[in-house]
Amino acid sequence: MSRRALESVTVGEVLPALSVRLRRADLIRYAGASGDFNVIHWSDRVAQSVGLPGVIAHGMLTMAQAVRVVTDWAGDPGAVIDYKVRFTRPVPVPDDDEGAEIVLGGTVTDISVDGHVSVALTATFQGDKILAAAKAVVRLTSASPTP
Amino acid sequence: MAINPALVGRSYPASPPYRVSREKIREFAEAVGDPNPAYVDVVAARALGHADVIAPPTFPIVLSLGSSGQQVIEDPELGLDYTRVVHGDQHFAYARPLTAGDIVTATPQITAIRTVAGNDMLTWDTVLATVEGEYLCTATSMLVSRAESAS
Repeated sequence: MSRRALESVTVGEVLPALSVRLRRADLIRYAGASGDFNVIHWSDRVAQSVGLPGVIAHGMLTMAQAVRVVTDWAGDPGAVIDYKVRFTRPVPVPDDDEGAEIVLGGTVTDISVDGHVSVALTATFQGDKILAAAKAVVRLTSASPTP
Repeated sequence: MAINPALVGRSYPASPPYRVSREKIREFAEAVGDPNPAYVDVVAARALGHADVIAPPTFPIVLSLGSSGQQVIEDPELGLDYTRVVHGDQHFAYARPLTAGDIVTATPQITAIRTVAGNDMLTWDTVLATVEGEYLCTATSMLVSRAESAS
């Protein structure tokens, strides 16, 4: 595994897409690992009492999965220097074996002179956007030293 | 009840030192379903130039929404109704990835408070730095406490 070389990247390049399935057990596991025990991520009763359709996924779990599109492609997750998202729509995760499938993608939108590559990310659930203004910036360098 | 806009600018004490461990990074990476070897394989991480395994990009949320964030969310003068909270925006700006062995503190400061159509919006920055004083990352979170009537 190595970091992707800057000269191989082009604006408009479409990164390999990723599909991820979230089930209740994934939410419980993320709650434990992250320390985010907000009840709306594990209790339908409480989620519905505050006007949600039912248990919803942690936005931060979706955010963690979306950046994989960039880190898998860049070859080094440590290349990420900036990452931001807006959560636009909750992802209900039913208490069944199917769970919820989210689809993630990314496109290179900018390459700066100092090697900062901007990637616009997309995340959808049942065809609807769940993230907006999602953008990651990675710092890449040339494979061969420039003169 | 609207949250208190007078708290914009309020800063909170740095969290107690938190040791970033290989085990916690592995647990977090597995929980987000990311098999990247840089998170679990020291040899792979070092081949990329890192001192040890590195944490996934969203790992700083463990600190910024953890005990340091609870100081903000549960500030009695703020008046945030956490049962109605959903995450609005999240931003991370990194000097370098958190790395196993780092001993880190998290220092939060409220940067914006707005109420729009009954929805309370709270924004705060959490600065992560090593106990030696090396700046690592700023995590900016915006939480929305949704209006009761909107449901």
